[in-house]
Amino acid sequence: MTNKQNPDTQQNVIGRSVPRVDAPHKATGKALYTADMKLPGMLYGKLLRSPVPHARILNIDVSKASSLPGVKDVIIGKDTPGIKYGNWRLFPQTQDEFPLAMEKVRFIGDEVAAVAAIDPDIAEEAVGLIRVDYEELPAVFSVDEALAPGAPLIHDEIEELEGNISIDRNIDVGDLEAAFARADLVLDDTFTLHAVSHAYLEPCAVLAQPDTEDRLTLWTSTQTPYIVQCLLASTLGLPENHVRVIKPHVGGGFGGKMELRPWDFCAAFMARRTGRPVKFVLSRTEELATGRRRHAIKIRSKVGFKKDGTLVAKDFEAYLDGGAYNSMGPTATFLCGNFGAMLYRYPAYRYRGYHVYTNNPPAGAMRGFGAPQAMYVSETQMNIAAKELDIDPIDLRLKNAMVTGDAIEGVTKISSAGFVESLQKVAEMSGWKEKHAAMPPNKGMGIGCYSFISGGVFNWFNTPYHFSACEVRAYDDGTVHLLTMASDIGQGSDTILRQILAQSLGISVENIRITSADTTMTPKADLGTWGSRVTLMNGNAILDAARKIKENLAQIVSLKFNLNVIHEIAFADGRVFAKLKPERGISFAEAVAMWVTANRGRELTVRGYYTPRDKGLTTPAYSFGAQVAEIAVDPDTGIVTVEKITTAHDCGTVINPMAVEGQLEGSIQMGLGYVLSEKFVMRDGKTLNTTFLDYKIPSAEDMPQIESCAIETYEPEGPYGAKEAGEGLAIPTAPAVAHAVFEATGYRCKELPITPEKILRATGKLME
Amino acid sequence: MSKVNITLHVNGDTYSIAVEPWRTLAEVLREDLNLIGTKIGCETGDCGACTVLINGKSVTSCLSLAIESDGKEITTIEGLSTQGDTLHPIQEAFIEEGAIQCGYCTPGMILSAKYLLDRIPEPTESQIRQALSGNLCRCTGYNSIVKAVIAASKKIKLKKPLQN
Repeated sequence: MTNKQNPDTQQNVIGRSVPRVDAPHKATGKALYTADMKLPGMLYGKLLRSPVPHARILNIDVSKASSLPGVKDVIIGKDTPGIKYGNWRLFPQTQDEFPLAMEKVRFIGDEVAAVAAIDPDIAEEAVGLIRVDYEELPAVFSVDEALAPGAPLIHDEIEELEGNISIDRNIDVGDLEAAFARADLVLDDTFTLHAVSHAYLEPCAVLAQPDTEDRLTLWTSTQTPYIVQCLLASTLGLPENHVRVIKPHVGGGFGGKMELRPWDFCAAFMARRTGRPVKFVLSRTEELATGRRRHAIKIRSKVGFKKDGTLVAKDFEAYLDGGAYNSMGPTATFLCGNFGAMLYRYPAYRYRGYHVYTNNPPAGAMRGFGAPQAMYVSETQMNIAAKELDIDPIDLRLKNAMVTGDAIEGVTKISSAGFVESLQKVAEMSGWKEKHAAMPPNKGMGIGCYSFISGGVFNWFNTPYHFSACEVRAYDDGTVHLLTMASDIGQGSDTILRQILAQSLGISVENIRITSADTTMTPKADLGTWGSRVTLMNGNAILDAARKIKENLAQIVSLKFNLNVIHEIAFADGRVFAKLKPERGISFAEAVAMWVTANRGRELTVRGYYTPRDKGLTTPAYSFGAQVAEIAVDPDTGIVTVEKITTAHDCGTVINPMAVEGQLEGSIQMGLGYVLSEKFVMRDGKTLNTTFLDYKIPSAEDMPQIESCAIETYEPEGPYGAKEAGEGLAIPTAPAVAHAVFEATGYRCKELPITPEKILRATGKLME
Repeated sequence: MSKVNITLHVNGDTYSIAVEPWRTLAEVLREDLNLIGTKIGCETGDCGACTVLINGKSVTSCLSLAIESDGKEITTIEGLSTQGDTLHPIQEAFIEEGAIQCGYCTPGMILSAKYLLDRIPEPTESQIRQALSGNLCRCTGYNSIVKAVIAASKKIKLKKPLQN
């Protein structure tokens, strides 16, 4: 562990639980989300979705819908420019979606037509009047069906494709055969991981307003304004600069709001056609029935150990059920492979990952995309091996744990790792040694670990601009304006980024105004909120801008006090001064005022940028952590009660402890849902549970006691040593709970989620 | 079907309006009265984001017809702090305890907490969890919210004038 403390962190703003800057507005109901907005003359949009999983569109008759009084526009695919889009711009053949279906529909819920009317009821009625004739095609609803010989081709229009595999990813490290030959124990298991919903509380919404001169403004519930701007412009056939995207408050995203979506396009397209603002708000039923979801993945993992627990090799094969379109599936395919090799040192590793089209609703990015599945498998196999080898599961992990400086050849290098310390700490906090050895009947204790990226390096969006950017304007009243496309979707980046800027300029958080995000005001570009990238990447862009501000103000103070060139200029407590002679200084406001005067009226505005360069293929920095779950199982009902979760995690320097705790506790909620209660019930491509009554996310009563400890490392690439805390924490709960369930019942879950029924079958309490 | 004239007393203001009989209270609050603090998360009464108080009792306003509230007293999140910009102790506690992330569940969560604290000024942790179990949150994991309700209970107790 690199635990050198940056001297700057001794100051006041970093490491403090600054309350969220947006919290008062949210607590009083004043915060505006997209669905809350209205404009004069606004029309209400509704979508017609496909009721069949795979079909050719023979004819669409919109005449009845169009003639319904109050309907102002009805559009189908043929009315649009028919330009495909997708997040993986670097590989155009992966851009496989049309805003509205053209020739074919590929899943139940595929968008076929859209209506704009003077009120939502009329729009809905009109949608019901559109008549579509389909020629139904054979459909496939699992990876196995999609890969079977003679399976129907879901994207027969993409020439590069021979079957239903849209993209694959191979990793080969070391001599696999030779390594397995040295193994004393080889595990070979197949796991079935299921799809779950982001279940953000705010359903997706968009409001488009036509502007003068053929331009357009879009307010949308997104994590990635820049991506929406670019892809909307390309699908409309407009220059990027004609499209302005503004992100209002966003009610959660978790990866589910990081693409251009059909309603964004339809709102914009119909706004331009009608000359009136158009708004869409999705229903929860639409969200659950047709929305993006975490990938269901089938993973076969073969892993070899020496008798003493030393890992020797791993052969990891993953088949991702991508549903009808790529969405962020290619990234999930990559990450699943990268994370199959993380946490422990594998002298030989092979990954074969396949992203497979099916006629299910498309999966996309969801908190950890690819990593929760890969690590559920890795961690469960570590627990199986510990049992087989009669080694304590934590000791087995300690023996193989990655440390600072470790690398996966050609994939990644670990610049800071507090994994060993996390394992030791979680063992100590949970009383592992004593408790685990003597669990009472029907109680169990289990462990799961994780690692995650602090933003991605691979430029799949093919942005020509920096990965992160910001503008900082310093004013003569001592205030500062930070403008960035980095997007707060509830995780708190508006607060964290202000803390980083405040620390860097030595001013208070209250003196910083933030604009995030508005693509016409904020510099190009920032890829937005995904992959736990904002703190590290935008934080670094802010440090770059702050350095430029400080260079300018240092000149002023240096000149005013005729400071010897060897003096360091400090920025703290709202002042700019000679570090060793603090009396030689002026207020930040005065310094800015003097700079403006000295520069004949120019304003002090700078831009900061960050792009990870020469950082491998994956990420500049990894988080690590370990979690222990304690559970009780009712032997008669099979119901699992999670009693306590203990976590030790390394997110580098903690910038805001309260925010990190919030990420941890929210992750546990999501992890518990993943392992115990959440599952899409599907029949022939149709999602049957489409309300929160039967799609069960954990409630306040389902939450366990939570204890945690941050293992602070110093990440050299991170701002003030910080790295991610947003997604990795969502990984360990599932394997930890599953391990605890095994210890309590003997049921080893290789097919998530764990249900009372599965437990009772395993314990012989329930017969076929 | 023709509109129905109703009178709603919302946050101390009286609104005489005509609404279609099938409009939900949530819709009318948001669309007709522009009280957008009341959020719609599911429209099936499962998530609690639309919680308001009707005559002091918590109700999911997406399942309640506006005409059912004719003549009744309604409190939405906008009406919680009665004196200008002063925050209600529950709002203060939610901000201080980190109980707000994306904020979409917050108005409903705060009103459910108010309904609880009005009935049980010093609830146990399990009473709080039970009282909030109809309000879903996907960001916080609820623990900071529970902490906030406990803190709010203490704040309210301190603010009350001493008896005898």
